[in-house]
Amino acid sequence: EKTRRLLNTDIRDLFKAEGSLVDEELLDDIFAILIRTDMGAGPANQIKDRIARDFRGRVVHTEDILKNIQDELSGLMQQDQEPIKMAAEGPTVILVVGVNGAGKTTSIAKLTRWFIDQGNSVVLGAGDTFRAAASEQLSIWAERLGATIVRGEPGSDPASVAFRAVDEGINQNADVVIIDTAGRLQTQKNLMTQLDKMRRVIGKKIEAAPHEVLLVLDATAGQNGISQAKGFSDAAQCTGIVLTKLDGTAKGGVVVPIRKEFELPVKFIGVGEKPEDLTRFDPEAFCNALFAAP
Amino acid sequence: MLESLQDGLQSAFKTLRGQGRLTESNMREGLKLVENALLEADVSYDVVKAFMQDISDKAVGQDVLKSLKPEQQLVGIVNEALIELLGGDSDPTLHLKQDVTVLMMCGLQGAGKTTTCGKLARLIGQDGKKALLCAADLQRPAAVDQLHIVGKSVDTPVYSEPGATDPIAVCQNAVKHARENGIDVVILDTAGRLAIDEELMQQLKTIDLKVHPDKAFLVVDGMTGQDAVNSAKAFNNALDLNGVIMTKLDGDARGGALLSVKQVTGVPIKFIGTSEHMDGLEPFHPDRFASRILGMGDIQSMFEMA
Ligand SMILES: Nc1nc2c(ncn2[C@@H]2O[C@H](COP(=O)(O)OP(=O)(O)OP(=O)(O)O)[C@@H](O)[C@H]2O)c(=O)[nH]1
Ligand SMILES: Nc1nc2c(ncn2[C@@H]2O[C@H](COP(=O)(O)OP(=O)(O)OP(=O)(O)O)[C@@H](O)[C@H]2O)c(=O)[nH]1
Ligand SMILES: [Mg+2]
Ligand SMILES: [Mg+2]
Repeated sequence: EKTRRLLNTDIRDLFKAEGSLVDEELLDDIFAILIRTDMGAGPANQIKDRIARDFRGRVVHTEDILKNIQDELSGLMQQDQEPIKMAAEGPTVILVVGVNGAGKTTSIAKLTRWFIDQGNSVVLGAGDTFRAAASEQLSIWAERLGATIVRGEPGSDPASVAFRAVDEGINQNADVVIIDTAGRLQTQKNLMTQLDKMRRVIGKKIEAAPHEVLLVLDATAGQNGISQAKGFSDAAQCTGIVLTKLDGTAKGGVVVPIRKEFELPVKFIGVGEKPEDLTRFDPEAFCNALFAAP
Repeated sequence: MLESLQDGLQSAFKTLRGQGRLTESNMREGLKLVENALLEADVSYDVVKAFMQDISDKAVGQDVLKSLKPEQQLVGIVNEALIELLGGDSDPTLHLKQDVTVLMMCGLQGAGKTTTCGKLARLIGQDGKKALLCAADLQRPAAVDQLHIVGKSVDTPVYSEPGATDPIAVCQNAVKHARENGIDVVILDTAGRLAIDEELMQQLKTIDLKVHPDKAFLVVDGMTGQDAVNSAKAFNNALDLNGVIMTKLDGDARGGALLSVKQVTGVPIKFIGTSEHMDGLEPFHPDRFASRILGMGDIQSMFEMA
């Protein structure tokens, strides 16, 4: 019952104004809150052990501990100033990958909006030729947002769609080409190999392309996110993460171990289903929200 | 890191072999390993906490059996408790009525509702019954097209209204259409929604109130983490769920969120989704799922080796 109550309170409430004694019970309460972010038992234990080492038996104030954890996490989550490296010349090609239903197609709509708002022209490649109505879904977004779309027949080779999309981008002198892919699980060897093929085909058109490979990660994902980051990075050399569905109650804390293990930065977050629901990742805001009540 | 639960337990119990009793102190390390394994499998923290207390109560005081290694004894206790929690009332049937049965699928965005609608329609068709899919997601771009393609692939008609904006009316009309056309089962494909989206949760309640689905099934993504408890609780509060279906279990997700969902809703787990294809729906087996959560492959064989 105590745990349940604590799970519904802000970490700040754990510490009275006059300070609290750091004992086993308090450490367990902190551990619960860390776990609830989905950062995983390993990182949560490390943080807990460090607090125990530094503070056990002492009476602490909220700010001390909070600042401690948040500073460390947001330091870890820092990233480059510019989320997308634009190609020096010719279109910048972005390949978007991830597991089924993570929010790839919707994130592409949001990125399209983001680029268009900055005065860039966008060509979309409907590289998901597998899922029912995937290309219709992207077409609707293309039309709403004013982007060109290159499609293929259902069941056709996604690499050829990618090739034609890049080709179209070059012909139109577009600024950005974004290529959608079918959702797949990182354990599906053949489908993961297909991503590599798409990369190679794109590289034939523009040597340095794809310039960015964005892994779309659902913030509701738990520890499997780590396996996703590994699998997709190995197969498609991801350059960054778009963390979606942060408008819900999930915290998305699995990006913490992912950042540690694979140096994969979060570039954008998705906070809704509309094209404008995309923002740059802000480490401080993200780390503060990790401990906020749901 | 998790195949090592077995190894970890082996070394934790090195000193405790065929003698004495399981005590709180000689179990501490082993229980900690089990707790971490459950957390790594995405079982929610408070569920793990309660579960571990239960396990410790069951284990402490037991004599270390001569025939089993202590780690086997502990895994046995954990495994049994997991199976009981997951599947005390597991029941992979749909309980169709003589009259039109209405099934409603609900869940978070992208969980696998539309795909699962198709899989269920296929199953119902195989039983010689007629299903009708109802396109009640008027939100996601091309959701209606998607359901039409899915319906076609499982030879099931789809009820949709071009240009419709009110999902409640569409559901009502679909059920009416079913009654008039000798359909046995209507499956409502609702839009994905966040559990904290009050407007959309209210819409689900209104469908529930006005369309009277016989069953409301929550579709949960197998990769879900700690948030599973929050959303499951909210959907159950809104709808009084009748069953849970967990999807995307063809990958390496351990699916521990299913234990959390089961704990907070108390409703039976019906099926698991194991592929994007329409035949990828399997009845739920609590024993296999317990091994999966523990990351231990086949637990039974561990005992046979003893
Ligand atoms: N609340 C919320 N919903 C989102 C967000 N991003 C995507 N969605 C929803 O999640 C669902 C799946 O999104 P898609 O963009 O189709 O996902 P996908 O990864 O392309 O899916 P597949 O192509 O089937 O693998 C849709 O209902 C989207 O509207 C987000 O940031 N917040
Ligand atoms: N690998 C795998 N993929 C699945 C499974 N079930 C569904 N999917 C995929 O997950 C993605 C999302 O499935 P949908 O059925 O569109 O999900 P939804 O809940 O209807 O999504 P919204 O309507 O946007 O909320 C699609 O790419 C499906 O093919 C499954 O059991 N295994
Ligand atoms: Mg898609
Ligand atoms: Mg759907």
